[in-house]
Amino acid sequence: MPERYPGYDVLAKRATPSWNEPTRRVIDARLSIPNEPRFFTMQEWETLTAICDRIVPQPKDRAPVPIAALVDRKMTNDERDGYRQASMPKMQQAWQRGLAALDAAARASHGAPFHAIAAVKQDVLLKAMQNGELSGPEWNGMPAHTFFSERLAHDILAAYYSHSSSWNEIGFGGPASPRGYVRMNFNRRDSWEAVEAKPGHEAAARKANERVG
Amino acid sequence: MLDEALHSPRGKDGRAPDPLRVGGWMPMRQYGENDEVDFAIVGTGAGGGTLACKLAEAGFSVVGFDAGAWWRPLEEFASDETHQEKLFWTDERICDGDNPLKLGSNNSGKAIGGSTVHFAMVSLRFRPEWLKSRSLLGYGADWPLDWREMWRYYTEVEQALKIAGPVNYPWGPPRPRYPYRAHELNAAALVLAKGCEAMGIPWSETPLATVSAPRGRSPPCVYRGFCVSGCSTNAKQSALITWIPRAVKAGAEIRDLAMAGRIETNDAGYVTGVHYYREGQWRFQRARNVVVAGYAIETPRLLLSSANSQFPDGLANSSGLVGKNLMAQTNQAAWGVMEDEIRWYKGPPSLAVTEHWNYTDTGKDFFGGYAYMSQGPLPRAWVSSLAGNRGLWGDALLRAMEKYNHQAGLKIVGEVLPQERNRVALADEKDRYGLPIARVTYSLCDNDKALVKHALNFMSQSLSVVGARDIWTESDDTCHLNGTARMGDDPRTSVVNADCRSWDIPNLWVCDGSVFPTVGGVNPSLTIQAIACRTADRIRAMAAQGSL
Repeated sequence: MPERYPGYDVLAKRATPSWNEPTRRVIDARLSIPNEPRFFTMQEWETLTAICDRIVPQPKDRAPVPIAALVDRKMTNDERDGYRQASMPKMQQAWQRGLAALDAAARASHGAPFHAIAAVKQDVLLKAMQNGELSGPEWNGMPAHTFFSERLAHDILAAYYSHSSSWNEIGFGGPASPRGYVRMNFNRRDSWEAVEAKPGHEAAARKANERVG
Repeated sequence: MLDEALHSPRGKDGRAPDPLRVGGWMPMRQYGENDEVDFAIVGTGAGGGTLACKLAEAGFSVVGFDAGAWWRPLEEFASDETHQEKLFWTDERICDGDNPLKLGSNNSGKAIGGSTVHFAMVSLRFRPEWLKSRSLLGYGADWPLDWREMWRYYTEVEQALKIAGPVNYPWGPPRPRYPYRAHELNAAALVLAKGCEAMGIPWSETPLATVSAPRGRSPPCVYRGFCVSGCSTNAKQSALITWIPRAVKAGAEIRDLAMAGRIETNDAGYVTGVHYYREGQWRFQRARNVVVAGYAIETPRLLLSSANSQFPDGLANSSGLVGKNLMAQTNQAAWGVMEDEIRWYKGPPSLAVTEHWNYTDTGKDFFGGYAYMSQGPLPRAWVSSLAGNRGLWGDALLRAMEKYNHQAGLKIVGEVLPQERNRVALADEKDRYGLPIARVTYSLCDNDKALVKHALNFMSQSLSVVGARDIWTESDDTCHLNGTARMGDDPRTSVVNADCRSWDIPNLWVCDGSVFPTVGGVNPSLTIQAIACRTADRIRAMAAQGSL
C-alpha cells in the first residue's frame, strides 16, 4: 500500500501553536512507554502481541506502535469503559480469560501456542472468534464474539489510533489547540495540515509535507 | 497526569476554581453541614447546574454536589481523545436487553458541568406538538407543559449561552434571531447541505453553544474539532463556564468529588438531606429540599437506593415508574467516501442539520421524528464505528481508515418510544462506595426500528446524490438518555409534576432529562436547561405564595 501522506509527521507540530502544554505532556508520556508488560503474564503478553500484529499489521519502515503495551497499561490502570454487557466479566478478567482461551484453541487445533503458529492460521482462529465459533470450558460462558468486538478489537484499535504514527498514515491533523483551523471548505488545506499524494506526485507531496508545521 | 482535580476537591475553604483563568480562583460561600440549606442539588450538569444558578440568583441558599472534578480547561484539557476520557462516567454498569446500550462516552459525564463539558453543543428546540404527542400525534405521552411557555424559556437559555445560529430557522413557529451569528460550514456540513438541496428538503446551520464572536473570557471557536473531548479554549458555553460561575457568584456552594449515596427521610415523609461521600468519609448535608439531577441513570439509581422502611420501593416511586421508560435516542449513520478532500476533523462535528423529518408527518411508516446532522469523528471514534459495525480488521481495516480525509457522513438523533421494559434497576454488584451499581435494560421496539430504517434509506440516498461512493450504514449506536422519572399530570402515571416536584414527597424534586415523558428527535440539553429555568421560576413563585 503506497503512503497517502508521504513525509507527513504530526510530531513536527509539537512546538507550534497547534500543541498546548497539556497536550505535549500527554502525548510525550504515551510515546515513551516501555514495550513490556506490567499487567499481563509473559505467556499472555506473547499471545497479545501476536494478536496485535494480525489486527493491525504495521509497516516495516518505521518503528512499530507498541500496541500491546498500550493495552497492558489500560489494564494496569483499570481504565474501564463505563459499562459491560451482562454476559461479560469485568475488563481485566475478560482479557485474561480470552487470551487463555485463544491460546487453548491454538494448542487444540495446531498443537502449539497461538504466537507460534503461522499468520494465516492465526487469522483463521481470530475469524472464528469474531464469528462466535470458539467455545469451551476456558471461555466460562463468555461469548467469543462479544469478547472479540467489545474487548479485543475495541481495545487494540483504540490503542493504535491513540498513537501519532497512526495519525500520520491517515492524514489526521492531530492536536489543534489553540491554533485550530481556518480553511474549512472542500479541498482546502491549512499550511499545518497533511498534503495528500496524488498518483504520480508523491515526491512533491513529500516535499510539501516536510514543510508542515 | 493532569488529573490532580480527580484526587482532591477544589471547591472548599471558601473558594472554587475559576475555569476561565489559568490557576484562577473565585470566592465561594460555604455552608455548614448542620445549616439547613434551602436546596441540596445532586448533579451540576444541564439540569442541576442551571437550577443551582437560577435558585441562588433568586436568593435561596443552595449547595450543589457532583461526583466529578472541577476542571480548568485552559491548563488541563489536552487535544487528545484518549486522555480526555477523564470527563466520562466510567464507573461500572451492567447492560442487557435485546440491544444492550454502550455507556460511558457520548451519553455520560462526570465533572462539574456534567456532560455539557464534552457535549457536541447542538442546541435545538422541541417541536411544539411533541409536548402533546399523545393527543396530537397519537403516540407516547403528553407533557404537562405548554409549548408557548417553553418557547420563552428556550429564548432565555439561548440568550444565556449566546447560541450561534442562523438568522432564520426553517422549521417550527417563529423564534427570535439567534444571539450570535452562525458558524462557517465545513466541507462535511456542505455535503449535508448539497444532499438536502438535491433531495428537495430544507437544511440549516446548526444552532450551537460555542461562540462565533468573543464573549467575556470566551474567545470565538477556533474550529479545532475536539469538542466531544472537551473544549480547551472555553469557546464552548458549557455549564462549567456559564451557569456554575454565575451560581457561585450568586452565593451557591458547589462541592466537587462529592458522591451522593442516599437521601434521608423523616417520619413525616419528607426528605431531610443528602448523605454523600467526600474526602474519604460519608457526610450528611441537611436541606429543606433535595433536587436529584444526576441524569437518566444516576437519578433513578439514587432514588431507588434511598429506599427505607417507609419507602420500601425507593423514593418518589408510588407509581412504580422510577427507572422505567428509559429512552436512548437512536444515533445511526450513513457514511460514504467523497472524491473531494473533506477533512471532517475541522470544526464542531455537526455544523449543519436538517429537521425535515421532525416536522413532516407524511411519508412515514412510524411514529416520531428524527433530525440528522453532518459528522466529524476523530480517529478513535471513527475506527470504533468501522470495526464495530463492519467487523473490519487487518489490512482491510487499514485500507478503509486511509480514506479518513475523504469520508463524509450523516447521523440521526432519532426519537424512540417510551417503553416500561426499558429500565434502570439496581444490580447486586456494588461499586467502590458500597452502593449497588445500575443494571440498564434496553430493547428497541418495532417503531424504533422502522424509524431507523427510514432514516438510513433517506440519508444513504442523500449521500449518493452528491457523489459519495462505498456508502454503508451504521445500525448500532445510541446517544442521549432520557426518561426514568417522567413528569405528568397524574400521580399514578408519572413521578413528578410539571414543576419537577415529586408527587409523593413534596420537598423532593427531579431536574434533568429523567423527567422527559417523550424524547423527540433533537438533542435534549437545551430543553433540560429550559425546564430548569422554568422550575426555578415556579419555585420562586411558590415560595412567594407560601406553598413551597
